[in-house]
Amino acid sequence: MSSDTSSARAIGDVEGVSLYDVENPAPYIEAPRKRTGKTPRSTRGNFEMAAWLFMRLSGIVLVVLVIGHLVIQLVLDGGVSKIGFAFVAGRWASPFWQVWDLLMLWLAMLHGANGLRTVINDYAERANTRLWLKGLLYTATVFTILLGTLVIFTFDPNIR
Amino acid sequence: MATPTLDKMEAAAAASPFITVTFRIRRFNPEISDESTWQDFQVEIDPKERVLDGLHKIKWDLDGTLTFRRSCAHGICGSDAMRINGKNRLACKTLIKDINPEKPITVEAIKGLTVMKDLVVDMEPFFQAYRDVMPFLVTKGNEPTRERLQSAEDRERFDDTTKCILCAACTSSCPVFWNDGQYFGPAAIVNAHRFIFDSRDEAGEQRLEILNDKDGVWRCRTTFNCTDACPRGIEVTKAIQEVKRALITRRF
Repeated sequence: MSSDTSSARAIGDVEGVSLYDVENPAPYIEAPRKRTGKTPRSTRGNFEMAAWLFMRLSGIVLVVLVIGHLVIQLVLDGGVSKIGFAFVAGRWASPFWQVWDLLMLWLAMLHGANGLRTVINDYAERANTRLWLKGLLYTATVFTILLGTLVIFTFDPNIR
Repeated sequence: MATPTLDKMEAAAAASPFITVTFRIRRFNPEISDESTWQDFQVEIDPKERVLDGLHKIKWDLDGTLTFRRSCAHGICGSDAMRINGKNRLACKTLIKDINPEKPITVEAIKGLTVMKDLVVDMEPFFQAYRDVMPFLVTKGNEPTRERLQSAEDRERFDDTTKCILCAACTSSCPVFWNDGQYFGPAAIVNAHRFIFDSRDEAGEQRLEILNDKDGVWRCRTTFNCTDACPRGIEVTKAIQEVKRALITRRF
């Protein structure tokens, strides 16, 4: 009738010796971070709300920016084969496309970084793991944003 | 009116309503082993009975050490929330015939909370989150000599969330809560919603501030697990969304 699979229990039944008994029960498997009365009430103001709103709003803007970007780069006027140094230089001569690409860079990077921050918060259990993963994430984000911004603003079409 | 097949089935059912059902129960006893095991029980039971009746049969007739919580046994007290066939339900509101008795019925403790024994979990973190949102009426000024009157429309505003019985089926079905017990969880937010949208209550601001924190409503991922799990049919995710909207419209 019973289909036990626990080895500890099987040994206990056969040998008459169990690792655990009434006096010495097995430790409970506690949740990694349990909510208690002493849970620190760290109030970080409205940051979480701002982050949540930013995800929605930047998402809407990014749909327009990214689809526009993909259509121009890959579909219109000969598709991907037309892309070259001259094509990029021509586009970045206009402030409109500079602003477009800058906006897309910032929004996409912050949107993605915030999403990953959420994933790390949800899945990394230990405080140390979170710290390192988030450190890596923020470093990579800041580096990419700064490098991209630098390139857009200091782009020299006559470079050789 | 009825088809011949139905007649036959009814006749057979009238002869003997009992069928043999296998209950596959996840057992854990810290006084025997530090690991939980699945144990099968064969029970003769009327399919129109509930899972709780099956558990009673096992406890009373087969194995008295089976441990589970139940108080009223009629879906009001919220003691017997458990994971039945992988879904959080109240054992006292789940009929055997509704969950395919042909296959073994798996019964285990709700997830995300520490298992004490068999189907009994430590509910303390759950009630701590409940206490943290101040689930009581807060008012200023002198106490009126009569009832605090309220219009039918004002009552209707939070009617859905008054139905909560604190069974923890929603909170223990929430993936954010599974990983991270710090999240308030759907049940606490539902009970905060019940007072935030009560026209008689005056601490809505304070409660919203509590839920605006990093472990508050913004951790909700709208997976709708809580709405699916709620044995009272509360639209839990909608209540959470309403709290979010209140937080945003209050600021802007």
